[in-house]
Amino acid sequence: MSNYELVCGLETHIELSTKTKIFCSCTTEFGGDPNTHCCPVCIGLPGTLPKLNKKVVEYAVMAGLATNCEISPVSKMDRKNYVYPDLPKAYQISQYDMPLCKNGYVELSNGRKVRILRIHIEEDAGKLVHQRGSTYVDYNRGGVPLIEIVTEPDIRSIDEAREYLERLQLVMRFLGISDCKMQEGSMRCDVNVSVRPQGTEAFGTRTEIKNMNSFTHMAKAMEYEVNRQIDLLQSGEKVVQETRRYNEEDDCTESMRGKEDAHDYRYFREPDLVTIQVSEETVAQLREKLPELPHQRLERYRAEFGIPEADAQQLIKYRRIADYFEAAIDGVQNPKVVANCMIGQIFSRLDGDSAKESFQVNVTPENLNALVKLLDEGKIKMNLLKATLEKMLDTGKAPGELISEADMGGVDADALKSVCEQAIASNPNAVSDYLSGKEKALKAILGSVMKATRGRADAMEAEKLLIQLIQGANAK
Amino acid sequence: MESQIKKLHGLMQSRQISCQELTQNYLDAMERDNIKINAYVNPTAELAMETAKAVDKKIASGEELSPLAGIPMTLKDNISTKGIETTCCSNILKGYYPIYDATVWDILQRQNAVLLGKTNMDEFAMGSSCETSCFGGALNPHDLSRVAGGSSGGVASAVGGNLAVYGLGSDTGGSIRQPASFCGLVGLKPTYGAVSRYGLIAYASSFDQIGPITATVEDAALIYDAISRYDEKDSTCRGNTGKPVSESLNNSIKGMKIGIAKEYFDGIRDDVNGAVQNALKVCESLGAEIVYFDMPALKYSLPVYYILACAEASSNLGRYDGIRYGYRTPHYGDRNEMICKTRSEGFGREVKRRILLGTYVLSAGYYDAYYKKAQNLRGTLVKAFQDAFGKCDAILAPTVPMTAFPLNFTAQDAVETYQTDICTVPVNIAGLPAVSIPCGFDAAGLPIGMQLIGSSFSEAVILNIAHQYESAVGNTVFRSADMGVKL
Ligand SMILES: [Zn+2]
Repeated sequence: MSNYELVCGLETHIELSTKTKIFCSCTTEFGGDPNTHCCPVCIGLPGTLPKLNKKVVEYAVMAGLATNCEISPVSKMDRKNYVYPDLPKAYQISQYDMPLCKNGYVELSNGRKVRILRIHIEEDAGKLVHQRGSTYVDYNRGGVPLIEIVTEPDIRSIDEAREYLERLQLVMRFLGISDCKMQEGSMRCDVNVSVRPQGTEAFGTRTEIKNMNSFTHMAKAMEYEVNRQIDLLQSGEKVVQETRRYNEEDDCTESMRGKEDAHDYRYFREPDLVTIQVSEETVAQLREKLPELPHQRLERYRAEFGIPEADAQQLIKYRRIADYFEAAIDGVQNPKVVANCMIGQIFSRLDGDSAKESFQVNVTPENLNALVKLLDEGKIKMNLLKATLEKMLDTGKAPGELISEADMGGVDADALKSVCEQAIASNPNAVSDYLSGKEKALKAILGSVMKATRGRADAMEAEKLLIQLIQGANAK
Repeated sequence: MESQIKKLHGLMQSRQISCQELTQNYLDAMERDNIKINAYVNPTAELAMETAKAVDKKIASGEELSPLAGIPMTLKDNISTKGIETTCCSNILKGYYPIYDATVWDILQRQNAVLLGKTNMDEFAMGSSCETSCFGGALNPHDLSRVAGGSSGGVASAVGGNLAVYGLGSDTGGSIRQPASFCGLVGLKPTYGAVSRYGLIAYASSFDQIGPITATVEDAALIYDAISRYDEKDSTCRGNTGKPVSESLNNSIKGMKIGIAKEYFDGIRDDVNGAVQNALKVCESLGAEIVYFDMPALKYSLPVYYILACAEASSNLGRYDGIRYGYRTPHYGDRNEMICKTRSEGFGREVKRRILLGTYVLSAGYYDAYYKKAQNLRGTLVKAFQDAFGKCDAILAPTVPMTAFPLNFTAQDAVETYQTDICTVPVNIAGLPAVSIPCGFDAAGLPIGMQLIGSSFSEAVILNIAHQYESAVGNTVFRSADMGVKL
């Protein structure tokens, strides 16, 4: 790799999470018995006509705005003609030379920009089901709206490709326009890969790897393909422009079809649909409606709340988590406490990414908010907060129900002193350990103080007092 | 000429005839005469009698009914009818029963129209004689050795032979007006977007438009008023937003400007030219002013039409692959062979010719030279019409350069046949309304037609002129064929 540089561009298909399909009112719900989410329009019966779902245009414009694109005031739909059983009209309605959005970019963490050439809208096809030696067609997915996001060949490493795709996924989830689940196919990606000698300008011959459905596969496929191309070039052979697929079992890419049997799609304007017009007012309204985007939130969490970047990353990784955090910090003095509660205690109750994504937890953000406010008001100490949060996670109850009035009262100085003295007396080994330089031993003594006060004592104060008492006794 | 629809409506309202008697008359006549003219490919006698019975009940109960209620009519076989076989007269769609109704049929059903059956047409509406139908062509009721015209030949044959009061056809390049002209009828091609295309099995989407074929201008106006509705299922349809056109028929045409573009008269037969010139004089006598001008852009009409229409057709007809409905070849190995053989066996020659032509003009190496150029010229034609309507209220032209062809005439030379569409295709290219009405007969007694072309959504204007002309000349140019139901 060292003498060669990767040149890569991505074409990403994202299924929009509208309630109904792009040209009819059938549901877009995933799954369902085959051919139950269908009507005469989406199965292309003779004489039927498409009707463009306005929400699709709105969502695509939002995707464009969030990726710094220009929104075309006028665009049109075109027919892409090809024959395949999962395409009941023998053409896909898409956008060819007048896409809805163009000339945008996504900025990576290293400051480089991946330019976006275009974003256009189109319909998804159905799928073939192979069963009992026959092939059946399921058109449930046919007509589900897609956007296709096409980048310029600006990506220079596999890490950049991955980061670009992750950022895209995050942005779309924040916009609420797609769940971007690669495993369910609601986000899929074609990767164009070529290599060139380090320091040269001219592009090498590229190959296209179709339909990547996970980040891992994409990285593996790219790595294989880059090495294959470098090997070819180094041995004096040529890279052939072609379409390839990733073979999971053998972890390699293999030829699907060459350039010579590339399709002639015979694009032409879809005569059944009128021109799409997006007014400046509509764009302005949608811009207004755009949520704060993930990188903007991350920056705010870092700069205003002092949350470390790694933690902030976790908070913005899924829209529901970020929104939960926003609700839970409402009016609290130190949002970092909320962040710690979530990342420490709440996340430990969730198993894996999909659990985080759905983020079903027993504690409402309002209850977490109320709990942290008790700390702000000095009514409870940090350790009681933690213990209470555990109980809340177990029971789903509000903090007020779990913390009695008595619990909230602090421990006065005299009482604290006598509890500390008792703790020292009943932990002679720990005391001598501490005196011999093992600072950790103090924690054990502190633990019995907290236990005795059922967490009401101020841990910092108690610690100070314990040191005083032990050292005072020792000095005598 | 008296409106047939109004007359029958009156007879039913005054109980001089019941809807069931009326319908039975038509069904009997079909039984007797359809063998001669082959207008119907799929009669729906049972449904017709059922509807007639329901209409009689409604009349008896004093329910207020639309003028179209109980009127026996027909639909071209490319208009989808739920549960009624709809084939486009192509082998590839034999056995296809739509699961939904076309919007126009939905509208008419609500008005209690009595459907007598589905009528013959050129396969997928491609042809000028009705002879490309897989059921054999419909014949001209005025002369059984001649064609009814295409592609809505079955509707014209049925209405001209008095086997239906009216019918709905579709007009992509003249498919309503040409057969209406050949059979001595009124054929209205509405403005593109005036009538919903939902459920019309597409030939060329940006040209197709549904319209009526009737015996009188007033009938055409009544049908147009009924079907020119906004339809949310068709994005290109806004319906007629003005007042009903049937209310403007009796306006005076004094002072109206009728335009003549000389290009429309190049190469037309002398007797056709003579009949149209006579009609012009009648219009003048009614107070219209004649304006002469040139429209050189008209000479591009045929190539523009055939390139663009075939391009769209090649795409629209891609779905007939034997997988989901219609015909499937019985002998095949793999999927590709199944699709190829199904299409080879299912489509007729003319349809294949147009699919190939369309595929060719859209393909990568030829797109700019043909499709794109034709698209640009389409713009030029639209502009030429706009300029013309700056000078006049309507354009008068022949409908076809000749009268009804003898059988097999069009089979000899496809290109020569295409030439006969010269006067009709320009309005489809520009999406304008035009009505063809009879204006005389040739020496053999065959009807001659002329058309009045209007600007977008000016159906009221052209139908007004047509009605005034019709009222002035009456029986001298309108003549019923001697068959079918006589009332
Ligand atoms: Zn549907």
